[in-house]
Amino acid sequence: MIWNWEFAAEALPLLLRGFGNTLIATVAGTVIAAILGLVIAVAIRGLPRSVNWIVRLLQAFIRNTPLVVQLLFIYYLFAGIPGLVDVPALVIGIIVIGVHYATYMSESYRAGIDAVPQGQREAAIALSLPPVRTFRDVILPQALRATIPSLGNYAVAMFKDTPFLFAISVIELVTTAQQFGAAKFAYTEAFTLAGLIFLAASYPTSLLIQRLERRLATY
Amino acid sequence: MPPTENTPAIEFKDVEKRFGTTTVLKNLNFTISPGERVTLIGPSGSGKTTILRLIMTLEELTGGYIFIDGQPLTHTERNGKRVELPSKTTRAMTTRIGMVFQQFNLFPNMTVLENIIEAPIHVLKKSKDQAVSDARELLAKVGLAEKADEHPSRLSGGQQQRVAIARALAMSPEILLLDEVTSALDPELVGDVLSVLRTIAETTDITMLLVTHEMQFAREVSDRVMMFDGGQVLEEGPPSQIFSSPRHDRTRSFLSSVQ
Repeated sequence: MIWNWEFAAEALPLLLRGFGNTLIATVAGTVIAAILGLVIAVAIRGLPRSVNWIVRLLQAFIRNTPLVVQLLFIYYLFAGIPGLVDVPALVIGIIVIGVHYATYMSESYRAGIDAVPQGQREAAIALSLPPVRTFRDVILPQALRATIPSLGNYAVAMFKDTPFLFAISVIELVTTAQQFGAAKFAYTEAFTLAGLIFLAASYPTSLLIQRLERRLATY
Repeated sequence: MPPTENTPAIEFKDVEKRFGTTTVLKNLNFTISPGERVTLIGPSGSGKTTILRLIMTLEELTGGYIFIDGQPLTHTERNGKRVELPSKTTRAMTTRIGMVFQQFNLFPNMTVLENIIEAPIHVLKKSKDQAVSDARELLAKVGLAEKADEHPSRLSGGQQQRVAIARALAMSPEILLLDEVTSALDPELVGDVLSVLRTIAETTDITMLLVTHEMQFAREVSDRVMMFDGGQVLEEGPPSQIFSSPRHDRTRSFLSSVQ
């Protein structure tokens, strides 16, 4: 194996700059996915049957098509709409990746909400608590306890999906490595470092999620 | 109709309850007077718990009417037709009713104190200070003053049930429904819960409707015992009469099976 420390030293700052976009996309995407996922879960539960099939259909559609296709579709769709041409690719990427993962997270929320025992709702009715208050103070906190670990796992998965943003020309970590490798013919250095950066970020995150999981397991 | 002295606290009028194709209650009519303590007894499946759940609006009333202080609870008659009341109207009615469950159903994500002040603050619109001081007073009454900041999971079943009683009382209900409140408890914890209930029965004029297998307790606190069988009142009367000289064989055999 050929390893050139000089190339490695040269690549690192560039890679870290690319990693900035990866981080921004992951954090912003997670925020969108976590909020929208909850909205979707509540909408499917709360909306009358006559409308909630539309939400279900959209959810199934997004979950069953590849992220890359969605990225390209929205990217070129925006490019064709006069007012939206100037939306930065990174913003489009964050929205698409956030919506994509929201459809997965909504299922986790739904499972968490369903897992709250029926007796909790009955106790809330016996106290005459209005439905919104019941959801906010009783159902949601208990549902989140079951949901947060899997939201964390989706956040890590999203983090590892950010290289797809390359498809819409967002220069993130992997793309930076690709470009550097091509320019200097130093693929080994570039991709080894890229992999290590991913590992350095996602391993502590998953440990953090595990700790959170344990803390949430005890009231 | 404004409530008068003769207005029953609870009135069932032609009540029918079906679960799918199974009819649990049919043409059920009875009244409970304000302040009365009534125990419902009967074999399982006789509909006693369903009656409590219908009053608490935990089950949908499939036929007939229930009145609380003379006012319709979930359905009313308008132009000869049976119509459902808006959920807000029903919820305003249920604030007069409290219920304690077999499985306690405390909110595990809240402390004991938070469990008790939740509804007084958000339903009765009490100030937080007021709700907290009332809650502490109630906790002292049920003998758990020092547990205010614990989570329910740290409490024994008997303690949890006493918190659940305090939580129900915090809403100052006119009617208290007790659904087999000691059935899930270890035998040595039953006594504490019963003594709390005995105190409530002695010191308040809350109308109490209870389903229980504690016949000794029922005999002590009830003004009236109603024996249910197949969704109908088989017989009723003061506990001394029902327990000592029941008129029906079904009642006699039921009592001998639980005592």
